[in-house]
Amino acid sequence: MEKLLQVEDLHVSFKTHGGEVKAVRGVSFSLEKGETLAIVGESGCGKSVTARSIMRLIPEHVGKITKGKILFNGTDLVTLPEKEMRGLRGSQISMIFQDAMTSLNPTISIGEQIMEGIVRHQKLSRAEAKAQALEMLQLVGIANPERRLKQYLHEFSGGMRQRIMIAIALVCKPSILIADEPTTALDVTIQAQIIDLFKTIQQKTGVSIVIITHDLGVVAKIANKVNVMYAGQVVEAGTVREIFYQPQHPYTKGLLESMPRLDLDRDTPLAPIPGSPPDLFAPPAGCAFAARCQYALEVCRNHQPAYSSLGTTHQVACWLQDPRAQTVYPLQAAK
Amino acid sequence: MLSFVLKRFISMLITLWVIVTVTFFLMHAVPGSPFEREGKALNPTVEKNLMALYNLDKPLAVQYVSYLKSLVQFELGPSIIRSPETVNDMIGRSFPVSAKLGFFSLLFSVIAGIALGVVAALRHNKLIDYVATIISVIGIAVPNFVVAALLIKYFAVEWKLFPAATWGTWKHIVLPALALSFGPMAIIARFTRANMLDVLTQEYIETAKAKGLHPAVVILKHALRNSLLPVITLLGSLIANVLTGSFVIEKIFAIPGMGKYFVDSIYNRDYTVIMGTTVFYSTLLIILMFLVDIVYGIIDPRIKLYKKEG
Ligand SMILES: Nc1ncnc2c1ncn2[C@@H]1O[C@H](COP(=O)(O)OP(=O)(O)O)[C@@H](O)[C@H]1O
Ligand SMILES: [Mg+2]
Repeated sequence: MEKLLQVEDLHVSFKTHGGEVKAVRGVSFSLEKGETLAIVGESGCGKSVTARSIMRLIPEHVGKITKGKILFNGTDLVTLPEKEMRGLRGSQISMIFQDAMTSLNPTISIGEQIMEGIVRHQKLSRAEAKAQALEMLQLVGIANPERRLKQYLHEFSGGMRQRIMIAIALVCKPSILIADEPTTALDVTIQAQIIDLFKTIQQKTGVSIVIITHDLGVVAKIANKVNVMYAGQVVEAGTVREIFYQPQHPYTKGLLESMPRLDLDRDTPLAPIPGSPPDLFAPPAGCAFAARCQYALEVCRNHQPAYSSLGTTHQVACWLQDPRAQTVYPLQAAK
Repeated sequence: MLSFVLKRFISMLITLWVIVTVTFFLMHAVPGSPFEREGKALNPTVEKNLMALYNLDKPLAVQYVSYLKSLVQFELGPSIIRSPETVNDMIGRSFPVSAKLGFFSLLFSVIAGIALGVVAALRHNKLIDYVATIISVIGIAVPNFVVAALLIKYFAVEWKLFPAATWGTWKHIVLPALALSFGPMAIIARFTRANMLDVLTQEYIETAKAKGLHPAVVILKHALRNSLLPVITLLGSLIANVLTGSFVIEKIFAIPGMGKYFVDSIYNRDYTVIMGTTVFYSTLLIILMFLVDIVYGIIDPRIKLYKKEG
């Protein structure tokens, strides 16, 4: 399969009054056509910054990509002139934000907000653009599209708004859709509908999806691959099966244990990970998770772990998985 | 819609009635009379006859009721000092002058204020932003008669570009209109800048950028409109600002507008003129504010002035 998107060693920093915030510190991953990648992790770990860097939406005076490549069909987006980047935004790579209520313009009709992207990228007449907008509204499951087109944001419910966001993002038939916590602001039942909608749309259009979430339930439903991020780095990457059934990084295990599960007794307590993520002004020299990790070794505090491959698709950055680490057998096996 | 307009109309009438009543009794509570000049009283018989002529010898309550009666017929009565001219005549003659001055002041303050505010916001924390902020602070802090004096000194006396006073050609409008618009312009500029800075951080601006729109489109179509909408709400109080400012400015520039009559009438205790001009100004303001509300409701789709039936 060909690589649609390949992110290599991405570093993003923000200039603030307190100094440089190293929000993303060496993220690499790839995305293939028709695939869904989930990025998970606690809030503040750099998920949104990674997404906005791919879209090059971080203003230059705020933050910068300090290192790395973002190859889209082989073209490096990091060095692409702004004008060409604008041509890709919304037409080749689209983005959906968390809260549709604040992410759509309250004083411009929904129809106009859907159509302006088409008019911008496909140079169509307004009538043709309108026909496409109607088609798109139908695709995302909005009844009465002709009437809805003229309405404004406040006339829609939360779930409908998110559907409109999806319509706006997909109207130019992009090859990548980045969705930053698209269901976080919604009720559980609406969440499920939106996730189903993502799946249907992917089947119909073949779009590749990068979905950012901290809801592992969403991941299980929709993703093929998962990147687990911590403090600006990908600490474990693998297929959904690998991440859910053979998690190797203590942080991944912690995330899974802190998630409510239907197959366990109701009384089994959830186990949140104690402590909080490190300060990104001065990230620790060693593994960023070491301070919260119950298995941390001396080496963890002083040296960054390299990625260890546990198969073609499964990689983890943890000293415990390093080939040089001593193999420890469970007690029973030692008898 | 109809019931909304009706409701507003009734509340406007009540507001006006309160203004009339308060002004009427306050005015009579202030010592002095129209027939007194620099503390010297008239011949008592003459004064008595004059008082009778203008109904001023009746009890206050009776005067009040008869004033309300004539007001309902849009009769503002004769001027006591400038008799036989009526207050209606005076307003009819002087209001067009004040309206012209007010219109151009407002026009200039809106255009310049918005431009200044937008540029300041787009160049946030750059030199232009600081310059705009300084202009705004000066505009809000410095009273318009000082601005007027400076404008006259430079533009009229030293550079002889515009006439220093009086009324007539378009050139006569420039200096008083500028002097009058400086304060409102500063207020609009500050407000626009704050709105624009706020709107630029909104997520829908990011969405617009994520569509690949050109930055100019993002600003003009998505940011500017939403930052200007609230400016409309300011217009009501700015119109009041311009109206009251015009009293002073008309005096300074010797403009035959309403402001001059209003100020003079208070000095002279010209009761009918005080009442007439107050009622006229209040009505004007109340109507303009109502129009501002209607316009805002039409322009901003989120505002519903009235509930749709069914
Ligand atoms: N505009 C900004 N200025 C400074 N720091 C920022 C900015 N945006 C994000 N950051 C920092 O980058 C880190 C990652 O943020 P983000 O990617 O939004 O986290 P999340 O994983 O919750 O989406 C956070 O620590 C945040 O403080
Ligand atoms: Mg985020």
